Amino acid sequence: MHALANPTRFLRIARPATTWLLLVGLALSIVGMAAGLTRTPPDYLQGETVRILYIHVPSAWLGMAGWMGIAAASLSQLVWRHPLAAIGGRAAAPAGATFAAICLVTGSIWGRPTWGTWWEWDGRLTSMLVLFFLYLGYIALASAEKERGGEGRIAAIYGLVGAVNLPIIHYSVLWWRTLHQGESIGLTGSTIAGSILWPLPLTLVGFTCLFGAAVLMRMRAELAEAKVEARMRRLGT
Amino acid sequence: MNPWPFVTAAYVVTVALTAALLLWAFASMRRAEAAADTLKRK
Repeated sequence: MHALANPTRFLRIARPATTWLLLVGLALSIVGMAAGLTRTPPDYLQGETVRILYIHVPSAWLGMAGWMGIAAASLSQLVWRHPLAAIGGRAAAPAGATFAAICLVTGSIWGRPTWGTWWEWDGRLTSMLVLFFLYLGYIALASAEKERGGEGRIAAIYGLVGAVNLPIIHYSVLWWRTLHQGESIGLTGSTIAGSILWPLPLTLVGFTCLFGAAVLMRMRAELAEAKVEARMRRLGT
Repeated sequence: MNPWPFVTAAYVVTVALTAALLLWAFASMRRAEAAADTLKRK
């Protein structure tokens, strides 16, 4: 990670990586969504609504992964004072918030025909909604600190404390009685039939690449803005 | 209940929000890098 502490070296890698992540992400997401809509059979219980799985699961993963990134960047900033950590945390927040919002909306849309309700205040849904609000708080706090010229240490502490919500989201379906189904995809396998499951890795990898591209683009924007500000200060304007 | 309006709505929301995120990130990057390049040339 410290090899990337130099912004010039980071940009040398980030520029081509942005393009590749965008192209691969778009291709895999489009193919995965098209396959999920047209190439898989309906579920014997959920019928056609099972197709929402191909967008809901990646957005849930990325909503949580975004905060894992913020927590890692916060730790890196507070412990090792990595010069790009605060920028990385600020760049990950809008992307994470967007995918947390997509997860909440697509889950709600799936819930209406499947559970008969748009929303239920159970452990999984509520902890995911809390994550979305945590993102909004982080974005507001980090922006305010940046405007004041701070190092972003308060936002970093907030980023670390907010990570407490991640295991709550993950284990909520085990800890509390919930409408949300239990874990159906784990590291050792899945309870979902292969004929339905196969487009999911495509959208998972595809949306993850798009997430990465969005984060890199925001980091590049912040680095360029910092360069302009430093130059303006030197020119005395 | 016909499930397709729900499936369609979920995909439309996903595509719209993802596209909005990517376009915003791309536009802010292009704007900032163009400003930095202009200043460097001065």
